[in-house]
Amino acid sequence: MAAEAGILAFGAYVPQRRLQRAAISAAHAWFAPGLKGLAHGERAVADWDEDSITMAVEAARDCLTGIDRSTIASLSLASTTLPFADRQNSGIVKEALNLSDTVGVLDVTGSQRAATSALIQALNAAAAAGRPQLCLAADRRNSRAASEAELMQGDAAAAVLVGSGDPVARLLGTHSVTVDFVDHFRAAGEPLDYAWESRWIRDEGHIALVGKALSEGLQRFGVSPGEIHHLVIPLPNRGVAEAIARAAGCRPEAVVDNLAGTVGDSGVAHPLLMLANVLESARPREKLLLVGFGQGCDLLLFETSAAIGRMPRRAPVAQSLARRQPDENYLRFLFHRGLLELERGMRAEAEQKQPGTTLYRHRRAVLGLIGSRDTQTGAVQYPPAELSVHTGEPTAGRHEDYPLADRLGRIVSYTADRLAYSPSPPLYHGVIDFEGGGRLVTEFADPDSESIAVGRTVRMVFRIKGIDELRHFTRYYWKAAPVR
Amino acid sequence: MATGIKDTVAILGMGCARFGERWDASAEQLMVEAYTEALADAGIGTPQIEAAWLSVAFDAVNIGPSGIPLATALRLRDIGATKVENYCASGTEAFRGAVYAVAAGAADIALALGVEKLKDTGYAGLPVRSRGTTLDMIGVSGSAPGNFAQLADAYGAVHGVKRPDLKRAMAHVSVKSHANGARNPKAHLRREIDLDTVLNAPIIAEPLGLYDCCGVSDGAACAIVTTPEIARGLGKRELVTVKALQVVSSNGWESQASEWNGSYLHTTRIAATRAYAEAGITKPRNQLGLLEVHDCFSITELVTMEDLHISEVGRGWTDVLDGTFDADGALPCQLDGGLKCFGHPIGASGLRMLYENYLQLLGRAGARQRRGRPSLGLSHNLGGMPTQSVSAVAIIGLR
Repeated sequence: MAAEAGILAFGAYVPQRRLQRAAISAAHAWFAPGLKGLAHGERAVADWDEDSITMAVEAARDCLTGIDRSTIASLSLASTTLPFADRQNSGIVKEALNLSDTVGVLDVTGSQRAATSALIQALNAAAAAGRPQLCLAADRRNSRAASEAELMQGDAAAAVLVGSGDPVARLLGTHSVTVDFVDHFRAAGEPLDYAWESRWIRDEGHIALVGKALSEGLQRFGVSPGEIHHLVIPLPNRGVAEAIARAAGCRPEAVVDNLAGTVGDSGVAHPLLMLANVLESARPREKLLLVGFGQGCDLLLFETSAAIGRMPRRAPVAQSLARRQPDENYLRFLFHRGLLELERGMRAEAEQKQPGTTLYRHRRAVLGLIGSRDTQTGAVQYPPAELSVHTGEPTAGRHEDYPLADRLGRIVSYTADRLAYSPSPPLYHGVIDFEGGGRLVTEFADPDSESIAVGRTVRMVFRIKGIDELRHFTRYYWKAAPVR
Repeated sequence: MATGIKDTVAILGMGCARFGERWDASAEQLMVEAYTEALADAGIGTPQIEAAWLSVAFDAVNIGPSGIPLATALRLRDIGATKVENYCASGTEAFRGAVYAVAAGAADIALALGVEKLKDTGYAGLPVRSRGTTLDMIGVSGSAPGNFAQLADAYGAVHGVKRPDLKRAMAHVSVKSHANGARNPKAHLRREIDLDTVLNAPIIAEPLGLYDCCGVSDGAACAIVTTPEIARGLGKRELVTVKALQVVSSNGWESQASEWNGSYLHTTRIAATRAYAEAGITKPRNQLGLLEVHDCFSITELVTMEDLHISEVGRGWTDVLDGTFDADGALPCQLDGGLKCFGHPIGASGLRMLYENYLQLLGRAGARQRRGRPSLGLSHNLGGMPTQSVSAVAIIGLR
């Protein structure tokens, strides 16, 4: 293990809608009154057009703020809720981020600790190869109605860029334990988890298994428990992290916020989300122990460096948490998760079949939102075409790629369309002009009647455009979201 | 610059089916209904027709591909029958095919027929359809009202018109068309409505309410055209001839070039300018006697008054409120009820507009006949959406 590898940057994304747990509990009071004990706070809910891929893209964009994307050597996406079982999900993220075709990508899945395991691998690789590796984690959790999981889980994504340059947190060591502890499972092809009794999971899994690994790890690292400033234990149950810390001899104040009240347990994303949250306010020369739990556990010990004090102060988690829209519409949540069948009307039957040929041919324009710019006149057009929309002349030889995804736009026209089918009506759509040139006829994401108006500013977000329900193919594209 | 086709083609006969929710009739029956009237009006028989054009927009739920369904339904006698589609401007496109065939001397007598059987789709409003494999990946999945609704706030922003004022002008458009439609026995919607009904209707696509949207109907309309000489030879004493026929299609400028402001129809402005040049019209507001415009939505009719260079840009809404386009106004618009109330069977609509102007020019419009018979009538047939449109402007008049 080369000692200089570490975290170069971090990012996060929490979807805006926050379902109030009291609303969930109230809906189930007749059936599962015991859930009332969990009815505190709120959980983050991905909109209908968000999934683990789109959330990962947002976290990655956040993480890569101000960073030259051409430096990235590889990308991994950890999740157990990836939309495709056989199509490289991280490859879609790579296209959305407009990374080079020579970037290696990897989907990491199969366990709640997939993100920490991937992070260990990436740190090892970064130490050896020296080039930055982007580690993403995202989960759009699925649960049965009236389950504890429904209240305790949440949707989110996080990103960590690792490398060997001037890390904000240096890796001091890793320790992994693998035990086939089946607290829950989900068979291949099944949509929902099956869980065992939570008291057993807490006592035998969380406290005993993690606690033992923690003690072993600290011993191996040669670090005393009291030296740990930040103990990142992504377990949602109240008091569990504190019990583990106490048993290991760590300071109780080292246990960091598990975001249970504000986000919920975001599964594979949660360790990295909590890590990002801690790094936002960490100071130089603080030791941080990150835990990943799932059929054993991973431990990663970091020490923040002087660089964390020099980097521009960013607070992706705090900002994401602040961008919240409280929501009490439990029926909408059920509908968006496929747990409630509504009469959607014939417009929902529209053919969504995606020809593979067309998508491949236009993948950079569709997934990367790449337009073209006339190098002589500066005129921008989207989508790229053989002939210029401005002059009618051939574009070959005088047009260059012009990525639009990170450019702000201004609304030219819009409507809230109640006739068109949308899983979240009304469907907002309109026309926007990008700062610096380029125009797009677009749908709007995360809209509301106040923030969508002629002249208002928007930013582009990568979202689900539609789902081919016959063939189970998710179509992605960009939408304009209001800058609030 | 070509000199155009002014007065080289005459309308020999026209016909129009009763529009509406024609649960009783198939597309083929609607075609025959319009054709039978046109044929009788023309005073000819089927064997005299030498070429035919058919306009249908939604083929999958109608009569299937090609011009064969037209030839079969009408039992045309071994002639070429061609199907055309140009969004909601398809009807005028079929007319153009027939008119150009006669103007070119390729046919002595030619037929244009438009039909649409929308009420076999199960939809309220227009069915959802693909825009091609490429555009389906990046286009919006909005509805027709959603696409046209965007004119309203863009218009308001560009011209400083507050939404309540614009809503009132839009409502006036619909109230007027309902009043007209009530007097048309072939119209789909024949009930007068008041301003409050329009203003308080449920929203379809902001700011368009239910009564800002046209009817979705079944129907067919038909024109038989020939040369003025042949028409006179067949005993026609009063001739209605084509003065101008212009079609303009978007080339991506509106949706890709950041120059269009979203408040008007670019293609209509160009098509109108060319049509007036072809017809020799210099003061359209004074010279035209009646208008049939593509009022798919109230806001479309309002901005079209400007795009046809009849109202000053930014003043269309006040002209509407002043009653300029009412039945008793200076330049009546939609005397037959328009798309709003006559109905909008897509492929037939352009021909239905021509049918109304034809009747009015000949003084055959019955209870809704314009006083002091007009001599020039304009029809404006619009397809697509403001960001990507096709506009067809046809001017017909007494020879």
